[in-house]
Amino acid sequence: MTTNTTTAPTRAARRTDPAKPKRRSGQSAYPYWFYLPAALIYATLFLVPTFASFFFSFTRWNLTEFTWIGMDNFVQFFSEEALLKGLTNTFIYGVVTSVLKVVLGMLLAVLLTSQIIARGYLRSIIFFPVLLSSIGVGIVFTVLMDPSTGLINKALAVVGIDGPAWLTDPAWALMSVAFVDVWKGVGLATVIFIAGIVSIPSEYFEAAKMDGASPVKCFFNITLPLARPATATVIILSLIGGLRSFDLIWAMTKGGPGFTSDVIASVIFKQYQAGFYGLSTAGNVVLFLIVTAVIVPLSMFLNRKEVEA
Amino acid sequence: MTAAIKRYGVGILAIAVTFVVFVVPLLFMALIAVKDRREANRLEFSWPTNFSFVENFQEVLSARKFMLVTAFINSTILTVVSVAILVILAAMVAWVLQRRRSRWNPLINFLILAGLIIPPAVIPTIWVLQGLGLFKTLTGLIFIEVAFGISFCILLFRAFISSIPKELDEAAVIDGCGPIRLFFRVVFPLLKSVIVTVIVVQSVSIFNTFQNPLYFLPGDANATVQLTLFNFQSQFTTAYNLLFMNILLITIPPLVMYLFFNRQIVAGMTAGAVKG
Repeated sequence: MTTNTTTAPTRAARRTDPAKPKRRSGQSAYPYWFYLPAALIYATLFLVPTFASFFFSFTRWNLTEFTWIGMDNFVQFFSEEALLKGLTNTFIYGVVTSVLKVVLGMLLAVLLTSQIIARGYLRSIIFFPVLLSSIGVGIVFTVLMDPSTGLINKALAVVGIDGPAWLTDPAWALMSVAFVDVWKGVGLATVIFIAGIVSIPSEYFEAAKMDGASPVKCFFNITLPLARPATATVIILSLIGGLRSFDLIWAMTKGGPGFTSDVIASVIFKQYQAGFYGLSTAGNVVLFLIVTAVIVPLSMFLNRKEVEA
Repeated sequence: MTAAIKRYGVGILAIAVTFVVFVVPLLFMALIAVKDRREANRLEFSWPTNFSFVENFQEVLSARKFMLVTAFINSTILTVVSVAILVILAAMVAWVLQRRRSRWNPLINFLILAGLIIPPAVIPTIWVLQGLGLFKTLTGLIFIEVAFGISFCILLFRAFISSIPKELDEAAVIDGCGPIRLFFRVVFPLLKSVIVTVIVVQSVSIFNTFQNPLYFLPGDANATVQLTLFNFQSQFTTAYNLLFMNILLITIPPLVMYLFFNRQIVAGMTAGAVKG
């Protein structure tokens, strides 16, 4: 009660004296105008286009003139086979790359935190591809995955395996790009898992060892549950990257053969090149909705406070 | 005994596997880059019989009226200027956001997360850039990189700023420090280690950016390195030595960064992994 009676008058006083709060905020060591330059750039080049995309996705548009056509772009997006393929491929690509990155990253991290030789070298070489340009990696692997002259199939032939046609086989093209994406990105997953595993207090492992727990048991009952924040980070990061991915696909297949390895991001670019700006923007909105519909609930689920043991 | 077998056995196996999976592709790229044209076009994984590093280097640089040189200059300007703007603006936001509790904070946190998750709407962005007269300009692309990268930078800075004791600001304020002096003279120097992290991580990612220049900075006059490489891909289909020399050249800046700032890069990219 007493606090109420003391704060109410001061609030009223501040409101009646407009000069005072202004001077106070000007005097603050943490002025609000520090937000201003960043907010201006972010709002103009990120927020405004995002909001505008919702409007223009309902139009036929050439950047200067637009005609309202209602849901036509979205109807086209979900009825035309070439566009729909991009939609399903986006999910496949996102799920395949993140699952592989989580599994391989976790295995590598366990390996690299155990007592083996040359850990420094292994860690460096696994992480280095993360820093390479997607275009460069894409070109190198396009050459390596060539069905007849490529090094991969030549090596497979030596051990008696008849390798697939990788990028030129419609059934394999998307998977091939996904594999290269994993090659390039697994290093990031690995170092995130390493950071997570290293932060687990070593007493847990020592106690478990005392009680005679096997390494496998230690992994499933200590490492996996306690490295959960790292797992969440890897899943979220690789899903965001996977669902939005464009560079590698564009450098390796351009969505081909046909449109069998198209994803939404490459469809957006193709429609942009063809001059269908409204349709392309509708693709952008679809991608936006998919990414938020997948990432937001998933991150809420993964980051929920752990209660059960 | 078994420990030793595990230590060396698993280690050697891991070295062999990573050699095949990671070293061979990189080595293949470097070897093709230093072969002469005829040998390179056979695309074999073999030691070059005829080293032509210098010839390939000169030829790829002078191709299409020294386009790669222009591209390197443009990419350097793009990277340096955008990273400089990012560091200052993100640190300012993170500073106030971490120190000053207000009803705006939830909104700002939401916008930061949105910036990390939402795929940018490309054509409406072109439309805005055109309205501002910045479409197809390097300046426009610089602001684009700032807008798309600022969320991540703010998160890195905010996490670090929370470890700086608040008593420090109070002492500076009592000594008569204004907000600008407090931030740039007292706080900014304390952020040195996180600034290095932000600079390294962001400059690698902006140097490697492909999709943004593809949409927002098309045209030969404004070439950036990734876009030039992509265009060379269709042009050099019969000169793999030049194409791979180009890849080798644009791999060098990230490699140098990695050699010198290994720790900061890993720290920057794994930030948040432990806390979640």
